[in-house]
Amino acid sequence: METRSIMIVGVGGQGSLLASRLLGNVLLAQGHDVKVSEVHGMSQRGGSVVTYVKYGDKVYSPVVEKGEADVVISFELLEAARCLPYLKKGGKLITSTQQIDPMPVITGAAKYPENLEEKLREAGVELVAVDALALAEQAGTAKASNVVLMGVLASRTDFPDELWQNALEQCVPPKFLELNKKAFELGKQA
Amino acid sequence: MKKLMLGNEAFARGLFEAGCKVVSSYPGTPSTEITEEAAKYDEIYAEWAPNEKVAMETALGASIAGVRSFCGMKHVGLNVAADPLYTAAYTGVNGGVVIAVADDQGMHSSQNEQDSRHHAIASKVLMLEPSDSGECKEFVKTAFELSEQYDVPAIVRMSTRVAHSQSIVELEDRIEPEMKEYVKNPQKYVMMPANAKGRHVFVEERTQKLIEYAEVSPLNRVEISDSAQFGVITNGAAYQYVKEALGDKASVLKLGIVNPMPVKLIQDFAAKYETVYIVEELDGIIEQHCRNIGMTNIKGKEVFGYIGELPQSVIAQKLLGETKEYTQLDDNIPVRPPVMCPGCPHRGLFYCLSKNKITVSGDIGCYTLGAAAPLFAVDTTICMGASISALHGFNKARGAESEHKTVAVIGDSTFMHSGMTGLVNIAYNDSNSTVIILDNSITGMTGHQQNPTTGKNLKGDPAAAVNLEELCKAIGIKRVRVVDPYHLAETEAAIKEELAADEASVIISRRPCALLKYVKHNPPVAVDTDKCIGCKMCMKLGCPAISMRDGKAVIDHTQCVGCGICQEQCKVGAIK
Repeated sequence: METRSIMIVGVGGQGSLLASRLLGNVLLAQGHDVKVSEVHGMSQRGGSVVTYVKYGDKVYSPVVEKGEADVVISFELLEAARCLPYLKKGGKLITSTQQIDPMPVITGAAKYPENLEEKLREAGVELVAVDALALAEQAGTAKASNVVLMGVLASRTDFPDELWQNALEQCVPPKFLELNKKAFELGKQA
Repeated sequence: MKKLMLGNEAFARGLFEAGCKVVSSYPGTPSTEITEEAAKYDEIYAEWAPNEKVAMETALGASIAGVRSFCGMKHVGLNVAADPLYTAAYTGVNGGVVIAVADDQGMHSSQNEQDSRHHAIASKVLMLEPSDSGECKEFVKTAFELSEQYDVPAIVRMSTRVAHSQSIVELEDRIEPEMKEYVKNPQKYVMMPANAKGRHVFVEERTQKLIEYAEVSPLNRVEISDSAQFGVITNGAAYQYVKEALGDKASVLKLGIVNPMPVKLIQDFAAKYETVYIVEELDGIIEQHCRNIGMTNIKGKEVFGYIGELPQSVIAQKLLGETKEYTQLDDNIPVRPPVMCPGCPHRGLFYCLSKNKITVSGDIGCYTLGAAAPLFAVDTTICMGASISALHGFNKARGAESEHKTVAVIGDSTFMHSGMTGLVNIAYNDSNSTVIILDNSITGMTGHQQNPTTGKNLKGDPAAAVNLEELCKAIGIKRVRVVDPYHLAETEAAIKEELAADEASVIISRRPCALLKYVKHNPPVAVDTDKCIGCKMCMKLGCPAISMRDGKAVIDHTQCVGCGICQEQCKVGAIK
């Protein structure tokens, strides 16, 4: 099997590390060679964060570059627009509709682009836009939007549900497990 | 058992499996998790040292005592630990010594992009370089064996991509090497001139033996492709990019030992191809070695340059002329730089400094972000500890006029690392400088590590805590005071008073990091839009939770932690 690439992007603090861990565990259980590349340190502090997940018979480079991703999952709309170039032709863009102003917008040095969702829809990619924040709050905490988006991904890929449930059990502390399973289900139905 | 592991986690697993007993490190991205993960094994004693020099000396002492030991650091940390390294190269080891140094190609989290291979060459020690998590574990185990066999400290060079990528690792059991006998041996361990002269002879002979080993070691691997158009010599993360970009279009010599490098192995490989490309990130160290051994059919830095990472797209474009298609929007996408978190205690302090147009000698930590918009509060950032010593120099140069409008800012962990000695210099050599210690009760930027001021050790157990006030007084600073940076007026008044004073002073700006689990947050605050006059005074704080919508301030309730400094800043009482 040829190597496939998924990018998880968002704003530092949104929980992309947990999302990539879940996905990595599912892919490992599927018997693939897997690489997951994370960003730690400085860029986690409210900056753009990017995680690469790659799987196949043999994965070499841990990074995904422009024109290479089969799927981009974004926790924030502007980050979805920023990472659009990473998608392959005909790739899938799954994004939360949440908007978080970056500092240049807060200080007035730049404007948050208008109508991003429509523009992404017209960009020639398969767009799935969901209000992950609202669904996460419905599950019990705004912090679970990462798991909601994994649910969205799960419903649009064919990895067995059992593997996702196992991954949740492995990666989420027991006291938050039920909440996260609910968030995952809400994402699957979205 | 197979497991998906970060390179750093696999490195720690290698320490465990090799029977490593003592670990001492100072945190630094991207090396931190090696030591954090090692601390999870009960069989390993692991600690955070105040700095990398102390850590390396601790590891060396443990080795002399007869056990396998380790210290880890980021690339710039090795500069701090260079002093023990260069002489440990002479003493050699008793129990094996492995040192992790993590380079940061692309500067994801660092102040420079130095290539640590230079240190291995200059200090004449062994350096290995893995390319994925599985190799991290295997190379660490081999490094201990080689360290003991050749009597040499062994550096394992990491990079951001190898350290922070997860790949599959096969777990094995731990071996328990017997503690080696400690025998007093001044010729080997007392490095005064007469003894060191003898050891230098040993060092040069050892390098020759290591070169012989490098010629035949399985760590250096030739991968021949019958359809190769050219050869490639590569190392570390770049190996993965080469394989991804070139597949079977190139034969590859992968160097797992990056110091010392083999001669005949490289010459024999290169002789097979008309052109051999050297694909190495940062400096042209393999390339220079190839030139030194007389090779002329090589190309390296003239093609790839010296800056940043060399991912598959760069290699495919430079060597095959291939590029990928992609789409993008016409809109300008504003950048999203890292910022101080909502509720960050540093924000209030930096706002006061910025408002009063004070020149700020900065340091390494989250608070370096005070240099960014909209606060623009920091004037210089050089290296760990430099804030205090550079302020002293700045004030010695510009005199009294400067002393009343300049400060140094330094975090609690950085102060313990190498800020203290700068403060001693201020007291001893008498500059009227004002130093602000940003005490957030943790090492923040690297992800919450304990340090000598926090009262806890690496394992989270209670430990002795340095009392910063008493320490500063003992150093000879008479004016030492504590402020809470959540109170802007109090903080600003303290800064003005200490700058006006005619002697050196220390202000401790004390408030725990807002991300610490034990910190209880207040409920989020909200803007009363009827009262808000749109003056944007709150926006001057640079809080990511506050933005303007239709001329009024809005506070994002998912981000706000209720620190309250925007309430103090609002002159019309619109924030509740």
